[in-house]
Amino acid sequence: MLKGKKTPPKTVEEPALPGPDLDIRVFKREAVPWPSCAVSTLPKDITQRALSVGVSVDEKERSGTYFQIDKSAVFKRIKKAFEGKAEVMSTKDALKKYRWAEDYWWRLVNADADKYTSLVDQKWDQGYFIRIFEGQKIELPLQACLFVSRENFNQNVHNLIIAEPDSEAQIITGCTVHPNVHRGLHVGVSEFYVKKNAKLTFTMVHNWAQNFDARPRTAVLVDAGATFVSNYICLKPVRSLQMYPVAYCRGANSRASFNTILHGGKNSYLDVGSKVVLQGRGSRGEVIARAIATDKAQIKARGLLVGEHEDSRAHLECRGLLLSDQASIHAIPELVGKVEGTELSHEAAVGRIAAEQIQYLMARGFSDSQAKALIIRGFMDVGIFGLPDVLKSEIKRMVDTTIAGSL
Amino acid sequence: MGEHLAILTIEDLSVKIAGKLVLDGVNIEVPEGETHVLLGPNGSGKTSLIASILGFPNYHIVSGKIQFDGRDITALPTAERAKLGIGVAFQNPPPISGVKLGDVFRYLAKGEVDEIELSKIVNLPVEFLERDLNLGFSGGELKRSEIFQVLAQRPKFAIFDEPDSGVDIENLKIIGKAISGFLKGRSGLLITHFGHILRYVKADVAHVICNGKIFDSGKPSEMFNLIMKRGYRWCDAQR
Repeated sequence: MLKGKKTPPKTVEEPALPGPDLDIRVFKREAVPWPSCAVSTLPKDITQRALSVGVSVDEKERSGTYFQIDKSAVFKRIKKAFEGKAEVMSTKDALKKYRWAEDYWWRLVNADADKYTSLVDQKWDQGYFIRIFEGQKIELPLQACLFVSRENFNQNVHNLIIAEPDSEAQIITGCTVHPNVHRGLHVGVSEFYVKKNAKLTFTMVHNWAQNFDARPRTAVLVDAGATFVSNYICLKPVRSLQMYPVAYCRGANSRASFNTILHGGKNSYLDVGSKVVLQGRGSRGEVIARAIATDKAQIKARGLLVGEHEDSRAHLECRGLLLSDQASIHAIPELVGKVEGTELSHEAAVGRIAAEQIQYLMARGFSDSQAKALIIRGFMDVGIFGLPDVLKSEIKRMVDTTIAGSL
Repeated sequence: MGEHLAILTIEDLSVKIAGKLVLDGVNIEVPEGETHVLLGPNGSGKTSLIASILGFPNYHIVSGKIQFDGRDITALPTAERAKLGIGVAFQNPPPISGVKLGDVFRYLAKGEVDEIELSKIVNLPVEFLERDLNLGFSGGELKRSEIFQVLAQRPKFAIFDEPDSGVDIENLKIIGKAISGFLKGRSGLLITHFGHILRYVKADVAHVICNGKIFDSGKPSEMFNLIMKRGYRWCDAQR
């Protein structure tokens, strides 16, 4: 865990590794403020894109919503039935309202880690603050949408989630752009705290544009007996996406699992991974990634497990499916054991669809494309992720649409 | 052609795989309603014959033709052949993770087959429908899952590739009865190495294949006795 700023801030000229370096000066910072309004009253082209990333526009089957367009937090509220269980606001409002919020600010992510974190530190455009109160279990998911509406805009958000002791919640975050936006940069710093015996399931769906760049920077602290589950889905083309979220399993018997589904299409460059650092006695981690590369996409699928406690265990599984000769998938699983007794393992496989699998299904009467679709759908099977029912069907629909488009 | 129309006619079929001749002028005719048996040592061409009937792309037909139900299917894609009514229970089906046995069952059954009843017939717990296809199945479970799928498909002509290999006595009886029941009034081709399945399935004609050629055809009991007595070296030596 990192504490505060120690090193000098990174400048915009300094390249950040890994991933292609971006000249952040080419992006615009000016944005017209959006007035506050109900999500359902937003223009249709915005709500349709929000729907594509799992955000329920009419708030059906959601307990609370945060919606940000460019720099403006246009909507934030908890539904009446859930008041007193959780709170949702912008991080700017949270820092004004609670002095203690500073104790959670830039504590897990170092503001000077790279030029993108420095950018968020210096040019910060709000972000969501979600806090689930102690002992509260919320059945319906909370949701947040971070939306870019202007061409070539650079959005820098800083998000904070606090799951207080013994609380339980699911959060869906959708990040996307207006259909007229082709390029731009989204940088998101996220710091999550899952306190004693709390359970947080965090599902993030990205749907950017073909020439858009994204640099999320996420760190999670998991306390004793707490569980953090991350589901990340990125199925649409993006120019470059680089992220390597980390969960610190600090408490005894803490759990962290990262599930990732990636589809790299067109000229996408995806450098995506997950890290779990096992620090507590009996801490457990799991990283599962499925990546599909089509067209000329390049995917780097990373994973890092660090065992720092003698009674800790984690497993990493990364599988990549190549659907084009011009695409590439580079799986980089890493295990670092620092003490005797930690048990870390990984399995990785990259390849194309086996001809014998297609032939087998064709012998049952499936056409060539039906067989491939069935195999790809199976490869992207979200059933293994243990998603909440409300999300499972939505994500399955997204995967189906992607498969239909990639064949 | 005799009284019964042929459901499957393989005429002077020669097939190469990766440039190597694996079938050499094969002739087989299965009249409608009959079950034939294909016997042969390892590497004799049994699997190549099945793959050629199914039209797998890496099996290149050098000469000859395959007719099914009065139609020339030699150039037809695999899926079309399956739709015309050819079904197969594979010997070594590939595992496909994420694809459920239930996905394939529902496609084949088209809502017309009771899964619980069928699972009882082949002694495959209905929970298997939720399992990934062929993944982590035991040898016996693979055989039963394959037969389960063929029975769900209800093809006019069913091929069973070594359904009796690696199966215990109790399951052999179940599998044998399931196949026998299914083939009543239908046509099929049964590949067997040791012939155990013939205790339960009545076959009309047996063909012995050796080095890619049909060496002999006749009554199943006679053909099998000959092999039991002389072994496959008998046909191998007479090349």
